[in-house]
Amino acid sequence: MEQHVFAPWLNPDEKPLIQFKGVTKRFGDFTAIDNQTLDIYAKEFFALLGPSGCGKTTMMRILAGFEQPTEGQILIGGKDMRAIPPNERPVNMMFQSYALFPHLTVWENIAFGLKREGIPKDQLNARVEEMLRLTRLAKFAKRKPHQISGGQRQRVALARSLAKAPKLLLLDEPLGALDKKLRQETQFELMDIQEKTGTTFVIVTHDQEEAMTVASRVAVMDEGRIIQVATPADIYEAPSSVYVADFIGDVNIIQGTALKAGDGYDIAWAEGRAPLHSKREGDGFSPTNGASVALAIRPEKVSISAEQPSGVTNAVKGRIIDIAYLGNLSTYHVELEGGQMIKAQTANTRRLSRRSYTWEDEVWVSWTDTAAVLLEG
Amino acid sequence: MRKFALIALPYTWLVLLFFVPFLIVLKISLSDLALARPPYAPQLDLSAGWQGIKDFFGGLDFENFIWLTTDDLYWKAYLSSLKIAVISTLLTLMVGYPMAYGMAKAPEEWRPAMMMLVILPFSTSFLIRVYSWMGILSTEGYLNQFLLGLGLISEPLMILNTPVAVYIGIVYTYLPFMILPIYAALDKLDGSLLEAAEDLGCSRFTAFWLVTFPLSRSGMIAGCFLVFIPALGEFVIPSLLGGSETLMIGKVLYEEFFNNRDWPVASAVAVVLLLILIIPIVLFQRNQQKEREAGQ
Repeated sequence: MEQHVFAPWLNPDEKPLIQFKGVTKRFGDFTAIDNQTLDIYAKEFFALLGPSGCGKTTMMRILAGFEQPTEGQILIGGKDMRAIPPNERPVNMMFQSYALFPHLTVWENIAFGLKREGIPKDQLNARVEEMLRLTRLAKFAKRKPHQISGGQRQRVALARSLAKAPKLLLLDEPLGALDKKLRQETQFELMDIQEKTGTTFVIVTHDQEEAMTVASRVAVMDEGRIIQVATPADIYEAPSSVYVADFIGDVNIIQGTALKAGDGYDIAWAEGRAPLHSKREGDGFSPTNGASVALAIRPEKVSISAEQPSGVTNAVKGRIIDIAYLGNLSTYHVELEGGQMIKAQTANTRRLSRRSYTWEDEVWVSWTDTAAVLLEG
Repeated sequence: MRKFALIALPYTWLVLLFFVPFLIVLKISLSDLALARPPYAPQLDLSAGWQGIKDFFGGLDFENFIWLTTDDLYWKAYLSSLKIAVISTLLTLMVGYPMAYGMAKAPEEWRPAMMMLVILPFSTSFLIRVYSWMGILSTEGYLNQFLLGLGLISEPLMILNTPVAVYIGIVYTYLPFMILPIYAALDKLDGSLLEAAEDLGCSRFTAFWLVTFPLSRSGMIAGCFLVFIPALGEFVIPSLLGGSETLMIGKVLYEEFFNNRDWPVASAVAVVLLLILIIPIVLFQRNQQKEREAGQ
């Protein structure tokens, strides 16, 4: 049986729900978004990820209608949104501060948007009850926002923004105010609710782990530009640039020059050392001979051993400078001859006392010819 | 012990500056008019010992309070004061709210200057400011000259020495007390609440009525009390701008003290005024308390 994979972005016949067409947004001299084009499909859980000030919040506010693009066009469901004010868009937003109305109870907060639609009272009640159940808030319906905990407030905000059954739900750093444990629980809850309601979610976050956990696709942004849009696995395994590789997770970057060799490239990285070999290039990158490149290797793909390993393409000798012990994992900081630092991460499957190398020991670090990605340096 | 010392300070203040003067006024209100100096009897004569104290308390009675009920001047003055205070408080709210709203919506860098403008009139003597309204409102005043000059009216308007002048005076004088608490409430308002209201389907106008207005209620209540309480006992404004036909309890009080030199009756009027004022003061305290609790 063929397994169905949710990937509407690969289907050329699929119509995107949201289209950014050459959107630019300037505030005075400052360009918050620089001529960006992006498609987001129905039922996606789409994450806009980037450091603060990268323009991700502005993208979201343009979708909600609180900002107008300086240039370009936004379409939702094929309809141009330019002249449509926020209160008439099929979009609801969950605010970073939650923006719960302090003078209204939890119940009234959730009912707020429904009341504006003027739907019959029994339908309204039923819908609010349904939202209270979905977010497990039934017990707190009569409380005011200041009488409930932060996690509960977060769920009220979610229930309120979902109550009108919007086509698109925008979430601005929805878990930013929660502590780490609650955040992780809530991430799964969000995914669950997204699946149950079938709503398209667009989430803005600066937390890469959060984006990786919840999203079907992630857009990594920097200085008003989208650097890469891909699934979390592709973003991690096949970053398209050093910026993305470095922003998501931990990475070793080795600078060098490329030379076509066999089915891949040899990378000359240090005077008098054997070149490194790599068979994988970043998306659409084919370096010419002698081009300067960056080799990106994830620490967990680097093996460390006391003896020289045999049958591995890339093996380099070095010395352990530092060991970061994380319990289940350890990260070794190895200085290669010539000064290049490499991080190697291994699972601590053996007891610590039985480890065959420690600080200041000479070790070999090695990786296969497909472990690293060759990027423009 | 330290806690007690801390509480003792405001209580000493309250006892010295409120309770002791109140007891003195209460005592005078229970005394009788006398041609003496001070102009009331009995006087506490401690040199006569126990008998003196007994004579003193024996001489106190509620005569003056009974007198207040027999002459309709007093309750008419109380009612008229109440009416003028209520109307002028509402007028001040109507004028003050838009001003406070405008200040809260103004660009950040303008706000200190606007705040200054609101407070600035306080730097001139209150009396002079009320006098200058006489110059504006009188039949030959600037307002009438201006309106006649524009041809909007052919006869000068009679404003001075009417209740309208009193309303204008009170609104003008107490406006800052209304603006500042409302501004404080509006300034605290999180802008994302209005965006959330719009996002959930409100127009700008309904967002104002459903979010901004209820959330500035505590500021409005505070402002109203701050205007109502002093306006009720106001003396200078009605006596300078209101003329003889405006009856206010502050004026009656003044006349009893200084024209009739009937200190006991004047004190009785003051005690009753205080009792009337205690109700709004208690309500005001409640409002402040509730707001503090909600703010936590």
